[in-house]
Order: sequence, then structure tokens, then C-alpha cells
Amino acid sequence: MSKPLLEIKNLHAGVEGRKILNGLSLEMNAGEVHAIMGPNGSGKSTLASILAGREDYEITDGQVIYQGEDLLEMAPEERAHKGVFLAFQYPIEIPGVNSTYFLKAALNEKRKANGQPELDAMEFLTLVKEKMKVVELPEDFLKRPVNAGFSGGEKKRNEIFQMAVLEPTLAILDETDSGLDIDALRIVAEGVNRLKTANNAQLVITHYQRLLNYIVPDQVHVLSNGRIIKTGGKELALELEEKGYDWITKGDAVAA
Amino acid sequence: MTTTMPEVISDTDPRLTSFDRFERDAAQPKWLLNIRKSGLARFSENGFPTLLDEDWRFTNVKPIVELPFKPVTSLPVQLPAAADLVKFHFLKTSETLLVFVDGHFAPGLSRLPAAQKGVLITNLKDAITKVPELIEEKLSKLSTVDANGFTGLNTAYFEDGVFVHVAAGQSVDQPVHALFISTGRETGATSHPRNLIIVDASAQLTYLENFVSLGNAATFSNAVSEFFLGDNASVEHLKFQEQDENAFHIAGLYSDIGRDARFWSHSLALGSALSRNNIRARLNGPGLQAVLNGLYLTHHKQVADHHMFVEHAAPHCESHEYFNGILDDESRGVFHGRIFVHRVAQKTDAKQTNKNLLLSDDAKANTKPQLEIYADDVKCTHGATVGQMDEKAIFYLRARGLPLEIARRMLMHAFAGEIIDRVQHNVIREELDQIVWDRLEEKLATT
Ligand SMILES: Nc1ncnc2c1ncn2[C@@H]1O[C@H](COP(=O)(O)OP(=O)(O)OP(=O)(O)O)[C@@H](O)[C@H]1O
Ligand SMILES: [Mg+2]
Repeated sequence: MSKPLLEIKNLHAGVEGRKILNGLSLEMNAGEVHAIMGPNGSGKSTLASILAGREDYEITDGQVIYQGEDLLEMAPEERAHKGVFLAFQYPIEIPGVNSTYFLKAALNEKRKANGQPELDAMEFLTLVKEKMKVVELPEDFLKRPVNAGFSGGEKKRNEIFQMAVLEPTLAILDETDSGLDIDALRIVAEGVNRLKTANNAQLVITHYQRLLNYIVPDQVHVLSNGRIIKTGGKELALELEEKGYDWITKGDAVAA
Repeated sequence: MTTTMPEVISDTDPRLTSFDRFERDAAQPKWLLNIRKSGLARFSENGFPTLLDEDWRFTNVKPIVELPFKPVTSLPVQLPAAADLVKFHFLKTSETLLVFVDGHFAPGLSRLPAAQKGVLITNLKDAITKVPELIEEKLSKLSTVDANGFTGLNTAYFEDGVFVHVAAGQSVDQPVHALFISTGRETGATSHPRNLIIVDASAQLTYLENFVSLGNAATFSNAVSEFFLGDNASVEHLKFQEQDENAFHIAGLYSDIGRDARFWSHSLALGSALSRNNIRARLNGPGLQAVLNGLYLTHHKQVADHHMFVEHAAPHCESHEYFNGILDDESRGVFHGRIFVHRVAQKTDAKQTNKNLLLSDDAKANTKPQLEIYADDVKCTHGATVGQMDEKAIFYLRARGLPLEIARRMLMHAFAGEIIDRVQHNVIREELDQIVWDRLEEKLATT
């Protein structure tokens, strides 16, 4: 078999002297979907942010290898060019920056970095119209500033729309399902499934098993206190839904 | 209300003694000499403001006071060539162009429009011979509202400027574009542009001013513009200032606005070591709307100061002030917004915002709202922010693949765009947008 797409080895990280990740390890291959579940504050978003390149966190130990390269050495934009995509738990509103303009610039930066020709306005528009169907976004979204005045659900759909346009190799979805009603959830999940190929991977962070009815994971990891304390198949999610986290985290607290 | 502690102007100060030549000028009408004299008197009474003056506490004009006073008394013999001007902005915006070199009209570089009934567009000197009664009636009638020594100095010493009269019901299709060039050859070279814009009832005008430099001497431009808007008139004014960073720039804009009129006045301050705009709007009839809108982009040690006085003298008027500043290096932005609502001015809707984006730890913004409200049924809001670039937004853009510099530039452009988007005239707005975008790139290239 070829090398894993992503290898996180014994990652320790924190902020302002406070430790958040405590020896986290994880491996993902192309073609796989992994889910991460875990209590509030266990470090899920911290992991996602570190993978995307947010600089607020101090890495004290460990390694992240992505496609054979040291991911932690790369600037956020370089990671994006190499196919890393984070769907934010709380997408930022950027008033004054037009959505179309922003997304076209983002796509073309990625294409440029990968030696592909940039898309002109017409080509981009054709692409975007097709991709909007993936998440059933109305077209006038593109005329508005990035996320400005969007509802919570619209912001989440917009993240998946951006994912559809940028076609990442490693997509990290941080609670993209939270706050969505069942119809919106179905649309988003189907969109994500449609974007799945044998060459990419999806890391799905969620609190709710219901998402995993639509997006079926190959592995489910439980994150607690900054480490993965249990890994299983999709049944693990059902078990967690039923029994909560206590039965695993208690043992962990003793061990730690 | 304000404590004025003028610097005492001595009798031998060249700013007083240079006045002789106007007294000797036999060609000048008596009424004009009287206006000049009253300006000189006002200057000698008020002198230059100091930091003890409440209205000037953030802006020190001492470097201007210390400049040698060299009013440019005639059109320079050595004029810039037309080719020297092509680098200036907005030249393609309009057929109509009035060029002033060191305060003097340069007919050879200008393009006056074909005659239009009810419309007179010319230089003030020419207008004084053509429509003396109108000028006697209007000139210096608004600019006396504040005890400002600079305005006094301009009134005493002005040579020329733009004159526009649009009679009732007429509309000027093309923007009137005035280009004020400081040749910048000599330290202390001083010009006093003087503009008079009269737009009668239901008439319409777009007026664009651009202040630029050719050389980089420490010159001084001290401009005064008076705007008279009749009932239901519609005027868009844009003042763009990108003088050399050694230059000093003071400008007074005095407006009197009639009922149901629409007035947009945009100020863009990019140049000069020190620029100060005194913007005075008197809202004189019910139902009118005045939008005062501005953007300052500064770096190095520049200071850009906007000082507003909006006077609501009639009911049911709206005044909106929006000023954004992007400040880098050790530069400083100053905004002082005074709103005065008279007892009669019920149903006033006055809004004021000033936002500042600091790009460096050493940049600074001083912002001061000042509301004086004597009516009881009004809506007055003000808000001010001073902050750094939003790191979360930058990360969001970078995580989508935009390089740091582009992400920063996009956010700055968005911030500037809030102001630019209020420009009504499409061609001007688009050019302005491009200018600001390019300027932000330059900015990033140097940091
Ligand atoms: N930039 C930061 N500064 C300070 N503390 C932080 C920062 N980021 C995360 N933390 C803290 O680290 C812990 C883990 O946060 P994180 O957001 O990663 O949790 P999470 O598992 O995503 O939680 P949730 O399920 O609520 O989204 C929390 O206690 C949080 O307060
Ligand atoms: Mg989280």
C-alpha cells in the first residue's frame, strides 16, 4: 500500500502555556472518511485549526506529515494550494469582500500554484453555477459579501460550496452539521458525499451521530483531553450517542 | 466654547506686509478689496491656531507657521507641459478641465466647455469681470462662519479658482474637473485657491477637485471653497488630494444647502505631510440630505485631519458623515465631528461614523464626536472605532489559498470600499476604486 495521506504523530500543542492537545496521533488514507467526536473543549477545533495553519497555537511536540511533507512548516495558503481545506465551525463574515471575487481569487491562486491556467470570469461563472447546485445555494449569494448577513445554516452551506469549488484533497469539516435543520443537513451531507473520490479524504468533526447516517465514516475517533482515546467503526458513534462519553473518558482520566 | 490662544502676528509679518499689492491694484473692484481686507483683518485677529485651541488640539500647524511665506503672485513662466500632467488621475473623466498652477489659472492647459444656456463655468478672475454682482453677493458670505485664520489668509490673498454657476433647472452633464497643481519648486511657495460654486434651484452638478504636486518642495496650499445649493439642487463634490509628502494642505469647504437638496461631498486625503479639511455644512431648508464621506490613507509621518461642523438649521433633514482611515507607519488620522441641531430642527436624522484601521503599532487615530442638540425630537447617532486588521478574517482568506499580502489588501480594500461605494458618479467611482487598490498594493510592496 502507498503511504497514508495524513499522519499525525504524537501531537502536543497549546496556547499561552495551556496545553490543549496531549499526544494526539491519527492516520488517514486517501479514499477514507474519518469522524472525530468528543466532548466540548476536548480540542477538536484546535486540531482542525492547527491542520489548516492557524498560528495562534504553539506546537510543543510531534509531527504532521501530509502527502509525505511536513505540514506544520507550510503557510496556511500553501496548505490550501496543496489541497487542505477547513470548513470552519464558525465561518467569518467579511463585509466588503464580494463572494465571487473572493472565491475566484482563491481558486486561481490554487490553480496558479499547481501550474494550471487561471480561469477567466466566464469560465469561473460556468463552474460556479454547476457547483452551486451541489448545495442548492441561490445564485444571489455570490453577489453578497462573504458570509455577511448569512444565517448560521447559510454559512455552513457556503463552506461546502467553497469546498465544491476548490476540490480539496483533505477536507476537514468542523461541526458543519451543527445548527442545521434536517433538510439542510441532508443537502450538506449529500454535497459532501458527492465530493468524495478515491483520491481525497474527509475528516468530519461532529457531536451528532445523525450526520453519520448520511456521511458514513470508515473510522470514528473519540477525542478527549487532547488525545484520541478510542477508535472504532461506525457502530462506535451509535454507542456514543446512546451511552455518552463517560464510560470511555472516565478510564482515560485515571490513565492520564 | 473654544479657547483660542492665537500666536500673536507681528506687524512686520510678511503675511501682513505682502498685502500692499492688492491695495495698489487699481483694476480691482472696491467691493473685492473690502472682502480681502476683511480677510486680512480676520487673519490678524485670529492668527494661527495652536494646540490649546479645542478645534486644533490634535493637529500642530507650527510647521506651516514656520515656513517662509512666499505667495505665488503670477502664473509661473515655466509651466508644466501637457505631458507632465498625464500621470494625474481622473483626466479621462471629463472634457471639462480647469488647471491651476500654483493658484493661477492656466488657460493653455485647460479645456473649458462649450457655452451652455444658464451655465457659467470659468475661472473666478474671469467671472469677476463677467458676473460681478453675483460674486459680490456670494463671495465670502459662507466662509466667515468660523474664526479661522487660514480662511482669513485665503480671503486676503487668493488669486483665482473655479467658478461655476448653474441656473435654476439646468444640469451640467459632464463633471467639472479642477486640477490644482503645486509646482513644488520652492520651499514656502504658497497658493490660495478660491472656489465659488453656485447651483440654483433644481439644478445639478458634479464637481471634482484634484490637488497634486509636481516637485517635492515644502509648499503650502490653502484652499477655500464655497458651495451654494438652491432648493432641490443636486450636487456631488469629490475632493481628491495627493500632494507631495512634503507639502502642507489646508482646505475649507463651506456649504449652504436649500430645502430638499441633495449634497454629497467626498474627501480623499492621500498626500501631504499635513492635511486638514474644515468641512462646514449649513442645512438650511427642510427635507434635504447631506452626505459627507471621506477616506484617508496615510503612511510615514503624515497627518490627515478632517474637522466637520454640520449645522441643522431646519427640520426633517438628514446628515450622514462617514469617514474611514487606513493608517500606517507613524502616521496619524484625526476626525472631529461636530453636529449642531437648532431648536427648530425637529426630526433631524444625523449619523456619524469614523473608523480607523491601524496597520502599525506606531500609527494613531484621534477621533472626537461633539453633539449639541437643542431640539427634542431627533435621531442622532455616532460611532467610532480604532483597530487593527481582523486576524480571524485574514486567516479565513489564507486558509482558502489567498497569500497573506492579497488577504490584507482585500480587507483594506473592503474597508476603503465602504467609502468609495458612496460615490454616485460611476466613472469617477470606478477610477477611484482602482486608484485606491493600486495604492494599497504599493503600500504592501513597501512593507
Ligand atoms: N485561541 C485560544 N485561546 C485560548 N484558549 C483556547 C484557544 N483555542 C482553544 N482554546 C481552549 O482549548 C480548549 C479546546 O478548544 P476547542 O475549541 O479545540 O474545543 P472543541 O473540542 O472544538 O469544542 P466544541 O465541541 O465546543 O467545539 C477549550 O478549553 C478552549 O477554551
Ligand atoms: Mg469546536
